[in-house]
Amino acid sequence: MPVVLETRSLDKHFGGIVAANQVSLQIQKGARHALIGPNGAGKTTVVNLLTGVLKPTAGQILLDGRDITRLQPHERVRLGIARTFQINQLFGDLTPIETLGLAISERLGLGTDWWRIVGSKSAVTEEIVELIERFRLGDVMSTRTAILPYGKQRLLEIALAIACKPRVLLLDEPAAGVPEDERHEILATVAALPEDVTVLLIEHDMDIIFSFADRISVLVNGALFVEGEPDAVARDPRVKAVYLGEAFDA
Amino acid sequence: MSDISRPLAAQVTEFLLRRARWSPIEIAFWLVAASTIWLFPARHLILTEICIWALFALSLDLILGYAGIISLGHAAFFGLGAYAAGLIGKYDIIGEPALALVASGLAAAGLGFATSFLVLRGSDLTRLMVTFGISLLLRELANKYSEISGGADGLQGVEIKPLLGAFRFDLYGHTGYAYSLVVLFVLFLLARRVVQSPFGLSLQAIRGNPLRSSAVGIATNWRLVAIYTLSAGYAGVAGALLAQTQAFASLEMFSVERSADVLLILIIGGTGYLYGGIIGALIFRFLQDYLSTLTARYWQFWIGLILIAIVLVGRDRIAGWTTPLRKLADALGRWRPGWRSAAGGKP
Repeated sequence: MPVVLETRSLDKHFGGIVAANQVSLQIQKGARHALIGPNGAGKTTVVNLLTGVLKPTAGQILLDGRDITRLQPHERVRLGIARTFQINQLFGDLTPIETLGLAISERLGLGTDWWRIVGSKSAVTEEIVELIERFRLGDVMSTRTAILPYGKQRLLEIALAIACKPRVLLLDEPAAGVPEDERHEILATVAALPEDVTVLLIEHDMDIIFSFADRISVLVNGALFVEGEPDAVARDPRVKAVYLGEAFDA
Repeated sequence: MSDISRPLAAQVTEFLLRRARWSPIEIAFWLVAASTIWLFPARHLILTEICIWALFALSLDLILGYAGIISLGHAAFFGLGAYAAGLIGKYDIIGEPALALVASGLAAAGLGFATSFLVLRGSDLTRLMVTFGISLLLRELANKYSEISGGADGLQGVEIKPLLGAFRFDLYGHTGYAYSLVVLFVLFLLARRVVQSPFGLSLQAIRGNPLRSSAVGIATNWRLVAIYTLSAGYAGVAGALLAQTQAFASLEMFSVERSADVLLILIIGGTGYLYGGIIGALIFRFLQDYLSTLTARYWQFWIGLILIAIVLVGRDRIAGWTTPLRKLADALGRWRPGWRSAAGGKP
């Protein structure tokens, strides 16, 4: 399988703190790759480096072999990297229709169109409808996002990333904070992503990781610790010792 | 598509297009505005002033209400537009006032573009100070080069030719008012179109969450540069209108008081729905008139009191006090036969 996204010796220092330490990660096309690790291991830092929110202190990021280390976040989105956020980052004053319409318009290159009215292009509205149906946002689609129930906001958070039609999707704890009875809805949508979309998943929940991932990287103190197939990682005594502990003995 | 999704598609389209539709209350508003040309000829001077304040506040609304850029120096562009129009008139560079108005607006837009890069970064406080600083710089430049600007005496000898070669600017301000109102309306139409476009939507997104905006592929900096430039152009046109209708430009047009007043006007009227500037200008100017007849010297006391009341009522949102007004306008706008059935009557 070809490698889609790759990091080479990625370092990120915040003053004296090393948040990422020589991270060399390879994510294969179509992979369901999970990045796990204890709190503060630097998982979100890696996502922020991959998406360009943070600039690395040293090292390289390559997308399809092309160096994207210096590209701005929006340029990376246009190349096909999209993400969700651990804590919802939505547009509180916009409705789900507008939120999705915004992302779709941007992807279709209509974002600088200052004359046509949003919604006058049927290509945009068709996609909005498709996403609203897929994420079952129909009953709240014309409500301000700020007042939506948390579970719906979480769905919109993912739908918004999907609206960018990514080739690589970075999911930062997609089910975080979602009540137990609504989690399956989130997970079902994640599981139903097209196969050719490469997914990097950051997660704490072991059930989710092992039901979803075909490859796991363990990050500890900003450095890659172990990497491999789920079974191998689960059996690895070092992983048990450092991170998983009791959760794996069952 | 399934049978169920067809009405959904219609609902989505309807929802999006409804944002752009003219509501009866809007149409009525502009009809009333147009009728004042014939109904209140004796009031044309004050109405012209209101138009100019309204346009200036509309320009501020484009950056503050839509893109979330706060400014305490918007008079920099107003003043530049005023001096540009004044100088064009004085030296007869462009004989036709409407063309001169466009040129003045472009000059201000040029300054807006050049200084936009200074307001891209930083907090609201940084932006307040940077914009404030720019207006001070311009005022002092105009002061220093008094052989061009007329310095503290203002720009004398401005002569404005007849509008379109046909309509003379008269002492009663009839031509000036019709001209100002038409300019306000045309620029309002353009602004209305811009804020309802995908570009306008992206500005609202940037104001709401710049981090997520760039994560959906928006080049946030360039969008802000674009709207700041447009807004500066609007402010320049407002200044040029004042210079043309008064045949005069002065250093006061760059003043901090003017920047503060336009912010006050916009906050009185409410940000982010385009009518705030117009409503604010009406309230502000008539209040000023009324209060100064009651208490000629201390009228600003009452303005101050009203300002405090407004921002305290709408704490979380600037000018939240206009929310009931907007809801009413929205309800009236939505009221049309058959709409509810078309959109499924979602609240």
